[in-house]
Amino acid sequence: MTSTLAPRVETAPAPESLPRLLSEVPRSWRDLVSHRRRAGVLPEVRREPRPDLIQAVERAGLRGKGGGAFSTAHKMEAVAAGAGRAVVVVNGAEGEPASGKDKLLLVRAPHLVLDGALAAAAAVGADQVVVAVDRHASEALDSVRRALGERLSYEPAPIPMRLVAVPTHYVSGEETALVRWLNGGEAKPTNTARPFERGVARRPTLLDNVETLAHVAQIVRWGPGWFRTVGTPNEPGSTLISLSGAVARPAVYEVPLGASLARVLEQSGGRLDQISAVLVGGYFGTWLTADNAAEARLSCEDLARFGSDLGCGVVIALPREACGVVESARVLSWLASSTAGQCGSCVHGLASIADTTGAVARGRAPRDAALQLMRWAEQIEGRGACRLPDGAARFLRSSLAAFQHEVDRHLRGAHCGQAPHVLPLPNPVRDSWR
Amino acid sequence: MALRLRIDPIACDGRGVCAELFPERVSLDDWGFPILDDDPIGRDLLEHARRAVAACPVLALRLERT
Ligand code: SF4
Ligand code: SF4
Repeated sequence: MTSTLAPRVETAPAPESLPRLLSEVPRSWRDLVSHRRRAGVLPEVRREPRPDLIQAVERAGLRGKGGGAFSTAHKMEAVAAGAGRAVVVVNGAEGEPASGKDKLLLVRAPHLVLDGALAAAAAVGADQVVVAVDRHASEALDSVRRALGERLSYEPAPIPMRLVAVPTHYVSGEETALVRWLNGGEAKPTNTARPFERGVARRPTLLDNVETLAHVAQIVRWGPGWFRTVGTPNEPGSTLISLSGAVARPAVYEVPLGASLARVLEQSGGRLDQISAVLVGGYFGTWLTADNAAEARLSCEDLARFGSDLGCGVVIALPREACGVVESARVLSWLASSTAGQCGSCVHGLASIADTTGAVARGRAPRDAALQLMRWAEQIEGRGACRLPDGAARFLRSSLAAFQHEVDRHLRGAHCGQAPHVLPLPNPVRDSWR
Repeated sequence: MALRLRIDPIACDGRGVCAELFPERVSLDDWGFPILDDDPIGRDLLEHARRAVAACPVLALRLERT
């Protein structure tokens, strides 16, 4: 089949209106022709990096949406400065259980993500793109496969793009783990080389989260000024929030950075007086008490007041009838089972923490268990090759602080046998590491 | 420029030889894995540090100039 694309869009979407990324989600926009009509042409990929594109991303002030919130332009610069042709990896591993935004974009707006990957490739002078998607996310895999095929039916790809199916593990999407797996090893973190210097095939490698690249596509097309018309001066643009828990309409929402958390909860049919706490940032994240949640804004700058940040954009409202101690113990047990089994303090430390928090939840822990847990949080921090122990330590500390009274009750022997389980945890997938 | 002890937590097998040889700067966590002091190693301790590095059976320990 050959037919032509009509890249005819001369005006940007109304600057301050949302959604931006999710405007591509309605079914009618999913094919390449309507995507092109809406999103316009792509910047040309050349042999050399394109500082003009990196500069546009820099001026937009985009930060990574995978959890690190690192400046996307700085990452691009580091890769562009590396020795040899670069590789771009679209990181769609999305191992965070309550996160759905990357899969949503891959399923419903694959061409926007692929445009972002090509724009990033042009920026750093890459000669190939690898789209890495969770092996068990079959809808996302099908969608990307279809989209890549559709592109080829219109025109040859400017550079080769291939799709790979990544082993399903919480840590598979960690940058060094993904690179190690792409190079033929296990999908476990390493501490030998930094991907921006020596990544896939030992070449400078840019790994960016799916959502990050979707933003790159729009920044390159509509300009940093347009991007900055929503959001805050320090954190411009919109962001995707995977919202679930005690709300009537759990879904992925696109909100301006700096939006009021209370309003987002209300608009999705949640009631603050029915919520005892809100988990922000996923299972490496932190709990906000209901009082803090009432005044928090969805930006890293504002959340820092509560020792919190947006992480990967997961927000879960805990209903009053659930037990924060039980929920926290469930998550810590899951984190312990997610270890890649390489670093002693991660393997043993997380297991001890999971056992003890489980005992607390059942009302069977010794009275000094909370102190013991705080000691362990300190001992495991910074002790792994990746940040799993640090994430677990942070979540543990935040749980002990946010549910202090409940923990005390449990330490005096109470347990919450009837409490519903709210936080989503995947069934343990016995996937291989290769 | 300072010398600091660094560890590769993936390689370390946690038998704790380093903590025995260099207790001034290496302690063990509750599971027997070494916790390193991040302070620079002064000249007075350099010999001990080198001995611990050399004794690690899996080359998980090194001295790094930072
Ligand atoms: S810290 Fe844990 S998850 Fe990370 S590499 Fe080490 S063992 Fe694996
Ligand atoms: S001697 Fe080496 S392997 Fe043994 S505990 Fe120390 S660092 Fe780990």
